[in-house]
Amino acid sequence: MTNESILAVRHVTRRFGGLIANSDISLEVRRGELLGLIGPNGAGKSTLFNLIAGTYAPTSGEICLDGDDITSLPDTKRCALGIARTFQVPRSFDSMSVLDNVIVGALVRRSGANQAREQALETLDFVGLATRAAAPAVELTPPEKRRLELARALATEPKLLLLDEVMTGLTPVEARKGVELIRRISDRGITIVMVEHVMEVVMPLVDRAVVLNLGKVLAQGHPKDVVRDESVIAAYLGDRHRAT
Amino acid sequence: MTELTLSRAETKSVASSIAEMRRFEILKALAIFALVAALPIIVHDVYLQNVLILTLMFAALSQSWNILGGYCGQISLGNALYFGIGAYVTSMLFVGFSITPWLGLGLGGVLAAVLAVVLGYPCFRLKGHYFSIATIVIAEIGLLLVHNWDYAGAALGIQWPVGQDGWTTLQFARNKIPYFYLALGLFVVTWFVTFFIEGSRWGYWWRAVRDNPEAARSLGVEVFRSKIAAAAVSAFFTAVGGGFYAAFVGYIDPDSVMSFRFSLLFALPAVLGGIGTLWGPAVGAAVLIPLTEILRSYAGGSGNGLDLIIYGGLVMLVALAKPDGLLSLFQLMGRGRST
Ligand SMILES: Nc1ncnc2c1ncn2[C@@H]1O[C@H](COP(=O)(O)OP(=O)(O)O)[C@@H](O)[C@H]1O
Ligand SMILES: [Mg+2]
Repeated sequence: MTNESILAVRHVTRRFGGLIANSDISLEVRRGELLGLIGPNGAGKSTLFNLIAGTYAPTSGEICLDGDDITSLPDTKRCALGIARTFQVPRSFDSMSVLDNVIVGALVRRSGANQAREQALETLDFVGLATRAAAPAVELTPPEKRRLELARALATEPKLLLLDEVMTGLTPVEARKGVELIRRISDRGITIVMVEHVMEVVMPLVDRAVVLNLGKVLAQGHPKDVVRDESVIAAYLGDRHRAT
Repeated sequence: MTELTLSRAETKSVASSIAEMRRFEILKALAIFALVAALPIIVHDVYLQNVLILTLMFAALSQSWNILGGYCGQISLGNALYFGIGAYVTSMLFVGFSITPWLGLGLGGVLAAVLAVVLGYPCFRLKGHYFSIATIVIAEIGLLLVHNWDYAGAALGIQWPVGQDGWTTLQFARNKIPYFYLALGLFVVTWFVTFFIEGSRWGYWWRAVRDNPEAARSLGVEVFRSKIAAAAVSAFFTAVGGGFYAAFVGYIDPDSVMSFRFSLLFALPAVLGGIGTLWGPAVGAAVLIPLTEILRSYAGGSGNGLDLIIYGGLVMLVALAKPDGLLSLFQLMGRGRST
């Protein structure tokens, strides 16, 4: 990890009608870092991912990748520049095989389907789905679908990987495998921002954590310090109260 | 823990065995085409020859429809517009200017492709049913325009002159077999175009667009450009089919080439046989077109809509029992929609 920033989000606001999902958010992601983005449900984490990946445009503010302003670039161009993401609710190409799903990702950097296929198989192997390559994506179990999302995103050879609640709904054993997989991705030098609702999963894994609440950055810093932060505890307790 | 199960060499060998399977698919197709090409040896009955020609033609046209509708998921119910363009361009150039139908086929195809791109700009902003409805409306407008276009014969249409039989004029009054080989050739071309698209970046992009456009975009897939490209290819071959049909029947009028019935007959074989598959349109056409002809001879004419009711029922039956089409009943013909 260096101190050089790969992604800079500056004063980003996003409204949905009267609702402000992201309000004047500023944060930097350092190259090679594994950053946790946490916060209660509805805090605006997925919205921020959509803004970074280019799925939505911000109402105001700017987003820079490697120092270049990418605010006006569409999602497809941002993918080509090296931003890849998974969706909170997996979106596989259900009529295609697992392998073909990943080939779509691999075609970002390869023009021929044959080279893309080799790359896709290697990626499937890396995430532990190689044995399911020929299966129709629709037949995968929910945890396998999450792995497929990950493989597809990785096949685009990203610099920056945005993971939206990839651990949600996993059994403890699967979650442990997931953590190990994310470590291995990080070891490849890929910068990762991961959204996770459950603090217990992210905190031991990440280098740094950013806490969102009600669309604003509530706290950021080392995971140990963040979990002790009064306002963070309050936000999470408040969330628990609402949940019960 | 996830352990790596494949070595680099193994990855390469899995990848190359898939390439091998595609080569085998080509051999299988060539064998099927050769068998079909031999049919005129045993089929001497002119009526049956006619049914074969129409079956092959609709297989090709449904394959063209399948490129946009099956692979890219954009269900057009207005392809009769492009069929009509091909039929009219070919007929007008030949009858009015003695230009060989071969040129007409190409020009009609290019014109249809250009129109598909132009119409695609507004239409592809519509989603799902709205897109399909727009294609119906546009094709009906096209039909109305041609109905009132005096230079193109308006409602009376265009009669091809009786002349010498030959390959430059595509007129074969005495012996219909050349039309059989032309229709087969058209199907073979559309099959190979589909096959190569399936294995190319476009093929992957189009299927990704069909299955989940949001996920596709996040993987760098140009969704709008994909739809436009698929529409252009689809329109091109639909128009070539229209030009062929005009030469085959020797007389066209607006309703005989541009009615909604044609748009349905392009979509239905693919839906029936297996949408978004290499062989689905051919299987569907092999069932539907002979059925159409039988109905035509028993019920007399095609204006009463009885055939449409039967098609509708058939498609609903297949959709309920086998949503993937007849092809999934006997998988021996193809591996389905994935490579
Ligand atoms: N496309 C959208 N249209 C309208 N409101 C939205 C949309 N996406 C998110 N929101 C709203 O923005 C807020 C933040 O949502 P989200 O970013 O999904 O939160 P999180 O991922 O942190 O749970 C929520 O109130 C949500 O209802
Ligand atoms: Mg979310």
